[in-house]
Amino acid sequence: MIPELHFAWMEISILISLAGSLWLKFTKNRDIAYKRCLITCALVFLTAVGGWIDFMLLQTFEATDQFSLIKLMWNRDIFTIDELSAPLLPLAALLYLLTVLSTLKTKGHRFSFSSTLLSEAILFATLSSREPWVIICLLSVATIPPYLEMKTNRESPRVYVLHMGLFIALLVSGGILSGFGDTHGAISLVAGALLTTAALLRSGIVPLHCWMTDLFEKVTFGTALLFVTPMTGAYAVMRLVYPIAPAWALQGIALISLTTAVYAAGMAFVQKEARRFFCYLFLSHSSLVLVGLEMATPLGLTGGLCVWISVGISLAGFALTFRSVEARIGKISLTEYHGLYEHTPTLAALFLVTGLASIGFPGTLGFIATELLVEGAIEVYPLIGTAVLIATALNSIAILRAYFRVFTGTRHIASISLRVRVPEHVAILILVALILGGGLYPQPGISSRYHAAEEMIQLRETVFHHAKSEEKISETGRPAAQPPLISL
Amino acid sequence: MNTETVFYFLGVCVVASPALLFAVFGITSLMDKPIGERLIARATQTMVLIGLFASMIILGLMLTLGIRYVPIELGNWVVIPEQHFHFHLKFIFDRLSIPFCILSFILCGTVGAFASRYLHREPGFNRFFVCYSIFLLGMVVSSLAGTIETLFFGWELVGLSSALLVAFFHEKLNPVRNGMRIWTIYRIADAAFLLAALTLHHLTGAGDFVGLMGTGSWPDGHATISEQHALMVGILLLIAAAGKSALVPFSSWLPRAMEGPTPSSAIFYGSLSVHLGAYLLLRVSPILELSLTLRIAVISLGLISAIYGTLVARVQTDIKSALAFASLTQVSIIVVEIGCGLRYIALIHIIGHACLRTLQLLRAPTLLHDYHSLENAIGSHLSQKKSFLIRVIPDRYRHRLYRFALERGYLDALSNQFIVGPFISVFCWCDRMERRWNKLLSGEEPNETPPIITRSESMEEYL
Repeated sequence: MIPELHFAWMEISILISLAGSLWLKFTKNRDIAYKRCLITCALVFLTAVGGWIDFMLLQTFEATDQFSLIKLMWNRDIFTIDELSAPLLPLAALLYLLTVLSTLKTKGHRFSFSSTLLSEAILFATLSSREPWVIICLLSVATIPPYLEMKTNRESPRVYVLHMGLFIALLVSGGILSGFGDTHGAISLVAGALLTTAALLRSGIVPLHCWMTDLFEKVTFGTALLFVTPMTGAYAVMRLVYPIAPAWALQGIALISLTTAVYAAGMAFVQKEARRFFCYLFLSHSSLVLVGLEMATPLGLTGGLCVWISVGISLAGFALTFRSVEARIGKISLTEYHGLYEHTPTLAALFLVTGLASIGFPGTLGFIATELLVEGAIEVYPLIGTAVLIATALNSIAILRAYFRVFTGTRHIASISLRVRVPEHVAILILVALILGGGLYPQPGISSRYHAAEEMIQLRETVFHHAKSEEKISETGRPAAQPPLISL
Repeated sequence: MNTETVFYFLGVCVVASPALLFAVFGITSLMDKPIGERLIARATQTMVLIGLFASMIILGLMLTLGIRYVPIELGNWVVIPEQHFHFHLKFIFDRLSIPFCILSFILCGTVGAFASRYLHREPGFNRFFVCYSIFLLGMVVSSLAGTIETLFFGWELVGLSSALLVAFFHEKLNPVRNGMRIWTIYRIADAAFLLAALTLHHLTGAGDFVGLMGTGSWPDGHATISEQHALMVGILLLIAAAGKSALVPFSSWLPRAMEGPTPSSAIFYGSLSVHLGAYLLLRVSPILELSLTLRIAVISLGLISAIYGTLVARVQTDIKSALAFASLTQVSIIVVEIGCGLRYIALIHIIGHACLRTLQLLRAPTLLHDYHSLENAIGSHLSQKKSFLIRVIPDRYRHRLYRFALERGYLDALSNQFIVGPFISVFCWCDRMERRWNKLLSGEEPNETPPIITRSESMEEYL
C-alpha cells in the first residue's frame, strides 16, 4: 500500500494548468493574458511546493494523491510522487513561473501563454507518473505544442517532425515489445534498445541531436527553453530504462552521453549565434547528467541527480538572461562584441553567476554536484572522470567567451534605456538566490538526492534479483514465492 | 576563555573578513544598488585590517606559546557517511600558511589603498573592487586551506577574478581577448588540479592535508601514498602549478595579463597570483619527496622556465612586460628550489620577491621620472654596458636568440598552430556538416556563417 499525501497536490496542479490554458485561450488582451498566466503559474508553483513539503513530511520513498479523482473513477494510482520526481515538480513549476514573469509584454504576441500552460500541465503529468504507458503517451503528446508553434511561425517543421516522429515510434514499439509489468522488469534486449534510443533521442544525444538546434532556431526562446530544460529525456531514461537495463548497457549509455558532452562543449565554443550556443551548452550539460545517472553507483547516481537540479536551475537562469538580452537587441550574434555592459551591468553579473554555476564553480549549487559526479566517474573509470572535466573546462571557456561577446566591446548605442526591468530582475535573482543558497548550504539537497539514489539502486537490484530467480525456477522447475509487484 | 577558543575566533575572523567584503560588494552589485567610492574604500580598508591583525595575533600567539600547527575546524560542509565522502571545511595556520596569508593581506591592503585613488571616478570602480574582493577571498582561502578541496575553492576564485580584471578595460578588444586567453589556460590548469584533488581523495579517502601528508606539520610531513601514485598526482599538480605560475609552456598569459589596470597587474600577476603555483608545490612538497622522477620534472620545468623568462625579459620594450618576465624568472627559480627540497628558502624567496615586485609594478607608471631622478642623483647616465652573454655569443646565434626572445619562444604561435587551430577547425567542420544535414532534412537553405579569419595573435581571433 503506497502512503498518501494529505491532499491531491499533483492533480490540482495539473487541473490548474489546464484550466488556466483554457482561460487564456479566450483572453485576447495581451496584458491581461500575461497577468492571468502569471497568476496561474504562481498557483501551480505553490501547489507543487505544497506537494513537495507534504511528501518530505511523510518521510517515505513514494506517495500518491489523496482524494484523487482518477482513483475514484478508475481505482488506480496514476499519479505517484517519489524521491526522484519530488523536487523536479517544484523545479519545473518555478521554471515556468520565472519564464512567464521575465517575458516582456512586447513579446507577448510571439510567446503563447495558453500553449505554455498546456505544456506545463503535460509536463506535470509526466513527472507525476511512474506508469510506463502513461509516460510514453505524455512524452508523445508533449511534442505537439512546439510543432504547432513552428507551423504558426511558418517555419519548416520537417527536422523536428522527423526526429520526434522517430522518438514516438521507438517509444511505442519499445513499449509494445517490452510488455511492461508482465515479466516483472525482465524485458527483451530489442525492446530495451528501442526504449533507450528513444530516451536518448529526446535527450539530444549525438548524432540524434539536430532537432534541438532546429527547435531553438524556429520557435521562441521561451518555448524552446521550456521544452528542453526540464530534461524529460533523462526522466524517461530513469523511468523506462534504468530499472531494467543491465550494467553493461548503462555503461554504454554513459559512454555515449560522455561523447555527446565533450562534442557539444566543443561545438558550443565555435558557435556564432547565441541560441545555437545555448543549445549546445545545454546539450553538453544534460549529457553530463546522463553520465552520472548511468553510473549505477551511489556516488555517481547522486552526482547525476544533483547535477540535474543544479543544471536545471542555473541554465534556466542563464537562458532567461540571454532571453532578456535578446528582447533588447534582437537575435544575438557571437561574432561581434555588443558592448552591453554599461547598459545592463546587472544582467551581466547575473549572466556570469548563472553561467558559472552551471559549470560547478565553487560556492554555487553545481560545485559539490560536479565533484560528486567526477568522483563517481573516477570510481568506475578514471578516464571517464577526466573526460567529464574536459567537457566542464570547455563549457566554462565557452561561457566566458559568450559573456565577453555580449557584454564587452565598444559601448552599444541605444536611444532607449536597456536597463533590466523589475520582473526580469526578480526572476533571475530568485534563481541566483537558489544557486548561491544551495551552494553555500548544500547538505540537505545532497542528502535527499543520495537517499533517492540509494532507493533507485535498490529498486533496480530487486528487479534483477526477481528476474534471476524466475530464470532459476524455469531451469529447475521448482515453484517459488510470488515476487512483489514492482512498479517501474 | 581558553587558547583554543581564541584561536578559533581569530581564525574565523581571518577568513570571514574577506568573505564579508565580497558578500557586501557582490550583493549590492547584483541588486543593482552599487555603493559609493568612499564607502568601498573604507570597507576594504577595514576588512583587510581586521584580517591582517587577526592573522598577526595568531602568529604572535603561536610564537609565544610555541605552537606550530593550529587547525580551525568548521566541520563538514557536505558529508555522505555511507560512501565516506565528505567535503571538510578546515583552515590551518602553520609555518607555510601564516606568512603567505599575512603577505596576501599586506599586499592586497596596499594595492586596495592605491587603487582607490588610482581608479578614482573610473566608471568601473565598483567592478574593480568586486573582483578585488573575490581575489582577496581566493588568496586567503588558498593560503589557509586545510584540505585540498578548500584549496581548489580559493584557487578557482583567484582564477576568475584574474581573468575579469585583465579584461577590466572592456571597451577595448585586446584586454578582453587577453582575459579570454588567461581564462582558457587557467581552466586547463584547474581541470588538472581538480583531477589531482579527486585522485588524492580517492587514494587516501580524505582530502585533508594531514591525512595526505601523514603525521607532522609542514615542512616535516611524510606522504603515505605509493611512489607511482605520487608521480601521477604530482604531475597533475605540476600542470596546475605551471598554469597558475605561467611556467613553460603556459607562459604566454603573463604579459597578456598586463592589459589590466596597474594595481591589479601589480598585485595579481606580479606578486601574489603568480606565486600561487609555487605555493601549491610547497604545500604538497611531501608528495614530491616520494618520487625522484617527479622531483626531476619539477626542477627541469623550473630551469627551462627560468632560462626562458630571463631571455625574453631582456628584449621587452615596455616595462610591465619586462617585469612580468622577470617575475617568471624568479618564480621558476623558486620552483627549482622546491624541487631541490629547499622549502624554507623557497618560502623566503616568495615573500621577498612578491614585495619587491609589487613595489616595482606600482612604480611602473612613473618609471621615466624615477630614472631621471636616479640619473640626477648620480650625476650621469646609467651604464649601458653589454652583458657577458652578448659579448660571448657569436652574432649569428645572438640574432637567432634575439628573434626567439622577441617572439616569446614562439609559444603562442605553436599553441595556435598545433592546439587551437586544429581544435577550432574540427568543430567548425562539424558545425558546417550539421547545418548541411539539417538543410537536407528540412529542404531549407542554411544560415550562412561569415568566413573564419585566422590570425596568430589570439585564440579569439580564430572565431
